[in-house]
Amino acid sequence: MPTKPAGTLYRGREGQWSWVGHRITGVVIFFFLLVHVLDTSLVRVSPEAYTAVIGAYKNPLMALGETGLVAAIVFHAFNGLRIIAVDFWKKGAKYQRQMLWTVLALWLVVMVGFSIRHLSLALGGH
Amino acid sequence: MSATEIKAPRSGQSSSGQISEKTTAGGRIAPQYRRSGSSKGNFEMLSWLFMRLSGVVLIVLIFGHLTVNLLVGEGIHAIDFGFVAGKWADPFWQVWDLAMLWLAMLHGTNGVRTIINDYAEKDSTRLWLKIVLFAATAVIIILGTLVIFTFNPCPVVNGVQLPGGFCPAP
Repeated sequence: MPTKPAGTLYRGREGQWSWVGHRITGVVIFFFLLVHVLDTSLVRVSPEAYTAVIGAYKNPLMALGETGLVAAIVFHAFNGLRIIAVDFWKKGAKYQRQMLWTVLALWLVVMVGFSIRHLSLALGGH
Repeated sequence: MSATEIKAPRSGQSSSGQISEKTTAGGRIAPQYRRSGSSKGNFEMLSWLFMRLSGVVLIVLIFGHLTVNLLVGEGIHAIDFGFVAGKWADPFWQVWDLAMLWLAMLHGTNGVRTIINDYAEKDSTRLWLKIVLFAATAVIIILGTLVIFTFNPCPVVNGVQLPGGFCPAP
């Protein structure tokens, strides 16, 4: 009798954690999207209303929030491409772990670049 | 008394050796083993396919959106009413943002629908969560679409141009 479940390709490993990450980032992006359409809709109310609300976004805390949001989007995007590869590429399931590490490496590169550019613009004053 | 004939499961063979209607009606799979009932069709397969196709398009649309709005020029400092007005004065960005709105909302709604189906165990809970979800989605898609198409980049009130607009030179 094994005392713990034998290892699987999925449970508790890269496959599972990427699935968890995909769900969480997806929900975060979805709720942001609802708010984002609402705030952009203020352009239909008046120029002042829109510019005032957008102006309230332009502070250091929101700059960090935007960076976190973009981090979620970039992960969801790259991991989504990995999911497509798992589903449609013949060897996708075999290389799903390597593809996840590729996703994370690309994510890191993009996020370093984005953070430097966005935070220096947002925090650097004007 | 004749011997009872025991047929192999899913053989689809009648006692006379002819292929029965039961197997041939649905193609290669006997109807009792098909996963989708006739009422649901292949909606779940189409939704699975939609997630992949819309996902690829959304990567292009959203990465373009983020680059143009946050990374180019002075980035987020440039965003105000005039910035939005300038973009939506151009049909290219109207179509871009409209496609992004619809695809992102449908992609996100379908994802949340999957999550509701996974975690809400009671039938009534699932039903109500999905009613709220679909209502929110309808409101956001209709609102966003109306804003993109009824938006006036050069608002004029009582004959006076409001400040911050994107007005053609007089």
